[in-house]
Amino acid sequence: MVTNVTSFGRSGLSDWLVQRVSAVFLLLYVLFLVYVFISKPDMQFQEWQALFANNAVRIFSLIALLSLCAHAWIGMWTIATDYLTTRMLGATANKIRFIFELLCLIALFVYLVWGVQILWSI
Amino acid sequence: MLVSVYRYNPEKDLKPYMQDVEVELPEGKDLMVLDVLQLVKDEDDSVSYRRSCREGVCGSDGINMNGKNGLACITPVSTIIKNNKLVLRPLPGLPVVRDLVVDMGAFYKQYEKIKPYLQNDEPAPAIERLQSPEDRAKLDGLYECILCACCTTSCPSFWWNPDKFVGPAGLLQAYRFLADSRDTYTDERLADLEDPFSVFRCRGIMNCVAVCPKGLNPTKAIGHIRSMLMERAT
Ligand code: SF4
Ligand code: SF4
Ligand code: FES
Repeated sequence: MVTNVTSFGRSGLSDWLVQRVSAVFLLLYVLFLVYVFISKPDMQFQEWQALFANNAVRIFSLIALLSLCAHAWIGMWTIATDYLTTRMLGATANKIRFIFELLCLIALFVYLVWGVQILWSI
Repeated sequence: MLVSVYRYNPEKDLKPYMQDVEVELPEGKDLMVLDVLQLVKDEDDSVSYRRSCREGVCGSDGINMNGKNGLACITPVSTIIKNNKLVLRPLPGLPVVRDLVVDMGAFYKQYEKIKPYLQNDEPAPAIERLQSPEDRAKLDGLYECILCACCTTSCPSFWWNPDKFVGPAGLLQAYRFLADSRDTYTDERLADLEDPFSVFRCRGIMNCVAVCPKGLNPTKAIGHIRSMLMERAT
């Protein structure tokens, strides 16, 4: 058992599951957007706004946003623990990695709050 | 044929270097890479490499040949030769002891971690623990591993985290004991593997499957371990 406190769910299994499930949600959301673009090639602002003002679309968008944040965090954490390690960077690596993880976390949190704000202000 | 061999003797050399040796191959015969190494050694007997059985059984001569890991003794030159040149390097990702000899310590440590022996807390029967032919068949494709490390040293996840990721060879053996009907420590074994590194660093690149000289499939075994972990947790 290798322990690590910075991973998303602190368990490899739960991270793996979240990564897979969030990927499925993101795929569905992208397919939904593609479908909207294809079915209405000359959509105007009004229609676009009405679409996102719909509560179901809002919730779907929120799920996609949450999925994106979780997915990105697990991915960035994995990249950080692959490449920003003492093996690769020497003794300061643990500090560098922690700062990198913190920056990722702050960025994702900002995107999340900002995204929610946008979705609910339509 | 030109053979380019990785040379490094930490007692003498500041840095590793490649030594080019021209060897004459006998006409009408396809040599194994190990035979070529012997020809190289005839030219320069300071070249070091491991080998024992010379028939793909002991697993001691895993090296990197023209970029691909394998056992030198059962790799015919004709299958890997490129532009009449053969580049021989030690297995990647492990510290070099000398020339083509690597320190397998990190590899064995991961193997040791998965407890590669039967554990059973029921009282031992008078003669032996029996297993049905069906249960025995579940171990096929798992027990044949000769621990040559060709797979684990071709796995990028192991290169980056050799101290944390068990690696394909270790995980193949982990599954070998998880799948064994006579082992009663399945739950403890799974609990030891659930963290974000031991199993889940596998990204399914399948380098391991591509190089295994015994034709084994660690990626499939890793998939089975994941399913068992899922089963246990949900
Ligand atoms: S499939 Fe997994 S274990 Fe095999 S080489 Fe790829 S990452 Fe490594
Ligand atoms: S799984 Fe194959 S490549 Fe890996 S150590 Fe065993 S025999 Fe060698
Ligand atoms: S020398 Fe034994 S496997 Fe090649």
